Amino acid sequence: MTTSVARRRPTWGSVGGKRAQGAATTLAGLLVVLVFAFPVYWMVNTSFQRGTKLRGLNPSFVPIHGTLDNYQRVFERQFVPALRMSLLVTVTTVVAALVLALLAAVAVSRFRFRGRTAFIVIVLVVQMVPPEAMVISLFKVLDGWHLVNTAIGLVLVYLIFVLPFTIWVLRGFVSGIPLELEEAALVDGCGRFRAFLTITFPLMAPGLVATGVFAFIQAWNEFIFALVLMNRGDSRTLPVWLQAFNEGAKGTDWGGVMAGSTLMAIPVIIFFLFVQGRMTQGLTAGAVKG
Amino acid sequence: MSTDTAPGAVRPVAAPPRPGDGRTRGRRGRRTLLPYGLLFPSLAVLTLVLGYPLLRLISLSVREYGLAQQFGQPADFVGLRNYAKILGDPQFWSVCARTVVFCAVNVALTMVVGMLVALLVGRLGAVLRVSVLTALLLAWAMPPLSSTILWQWMFDTQFGLVNWLLTRLGGDWTGHSWLSNQYSFLTVATIVVVWMGVPFVAFTLYGGLTQVPRDILEAAEIDGAGAVQRFRHVVVPFIKPLILILTALSVLWDFRVFTQIYVLQRAGGITRETDVLGVYAYRTAVGANRFDTGAAIAVVMVVITLLLTAVYLRQMARQEDL
Repeated sequence: MTTSVARRRPTWGSVGGKRAQGAATTLAGLLVVLVFAFPVYWMVNTSFQRGTKLRGLNPSFVPIHGTLDNYQRVFERQFVPALRMSLLVTVTTVVAALVLALLAAVAVSRFRFRGRTAFIVIVLVVQMVPPEAMVISLFKVLDGWHLVNTAIGLVLVYLIFVLPFTIWVLRGFVSGIPLELEEAALVDGCGRFRAFLTITFPLMAPGLVATGVFAFIQAWNEFIFALVLMNRGDSRTLPVWLQAFNEGAKGTDWGGVMAGSTLMAIPVIIFFLFVQGRMTQGLTAGAVKG
Repeated sequence: MSTDTAPGAVRPVAAPPRPGDGRTRGRRGRRTLLPYGLLFPSLAVLTLVLGYPLLRLISLSVREYGLAQQFGQPADFVGLRNYAKILGDPQFWSVCARTVVFCAVNVALTMVVGMLVALLVGRLGAVLRVSVLTALLLAWAMPPLSSTILWQWMFDTQFGLVNWLLTRLGGDWTGHSWLSNQYSFLTVATIVVVWMGVPFVAFTLYGGLTQVPRDILEAAEIDGAGAVQRFRHVVVPFIKPLILILTALSVLWDFRVFTQIYVLQRAGGITRETDVLGVYAYRTAVGANRFDTGAAIAVVMVVITLLLTAVYLRQMARQEDL
């Protein structure tokens, strides 16, 4: 997944193409690897350690005499209902965001109409409204609509900070696909809708996947609104569940907390590594031959 | 706003080609309602869930709204009294100052470390380069809450790795409580925020650095420019727009930091001396049931953010065509 970035040769370093990579450079590289990868490793390592080991005098760096007890405890602690709620909210958010954003992106990049620029400016500005500032009034508004502690309510909230970004990115993808392709289909007797569906839509698939995954990550990780809006025990999403576990453990069950943390992080990390490569792929490569 | 003077207007108009739909007559010709229909669902959601609550926020901030009003008392209009109240509160000003300093320090550290890492990556051999990029991706991919709790565990008073390591290196750090002092609390928070922010910055800058034309760098080297001079006079000017956008984004993100501060506070840290604006507004409204002053703080936050955004948008407008 990193190859697309790594393959390009950098040009600003030692221009003369010196092979001699100084020991200091190597050391600095190793330090960066350590600083960024080690904490993640430490989370996973802790999740496999026994409680007695974690409270011992010296930490153990490898889970050789490890245990799965921590994971078992996580499942006894209402992990599954939280997982179910998280999946429900996240998947609904992604599907709704993609459908709405695709329509808006087509409107903006395939039509010219009064208010088009205004809409784009709105999309840009809306992204900048700090969600943290909206918590208070959104709670009041959703409470009035009886949507507190419901998946629908949380999905609506997530749409406001996933949608603008998704529209923005898809807009780029749609305008990147040459209109000539659709026109050719029209000449061949396709309807406009069918031309879009059979020509443009497949070409957009990578864009939809990439933005969908980004929306997934956003909704999956979101904490503040879930904390305020899903305040009943049975409507918690994973982050709210994890923080409740963390606070309840009061620093005594780090194995369990790290196991929960690991379980929550794994889907995101997998999706993230996946989308990193996708985003850099050329979109219409091969569709138009010079 | 709907004039055609936007940069994008130069681009050939991508209207749906249909015989006789008046396309050739340009903008002033017959218009189809289709684009409005396509925009409607998005606009509806944005209006209902963002526009309306934004109005409610402003309305809350000019009313009396405490515990009594939550239980049905009418919320009287009080004008700017809530604003006067927060602006006259020294606590608010110290929270503001802390937010600004925290934001500035974090952005500066994120940008400097990110730039150093990006420069480093370009000088590494293939194996180490892929390792560094993978490590960065791992940290980048972590959910913010997981990262924060993870660092909370590493800085744990009793069994944390950091205290153990520092004791090993000399000095007695056993049982040192990081979260009970304002400065060490904010240091831990800074470490978490910077650790989470550097990967994105480093990746983006690395991408930008690979675009710096090689021949100019070579020419500069032949002319006798050292590495530092090449960086300052060739590389930096070339990637300046990128640096500006990344800085603006980091400012926007670090200004509204919530999760990291909130979680560390709940971990037994102090609250009064460590609040930043987002947490302070939340605590005032939800914690102390003062929805009116909480809303006023939130409005101040939105205004400051939108002002900061103006800088960002100017850069965006230059980069992308609208």
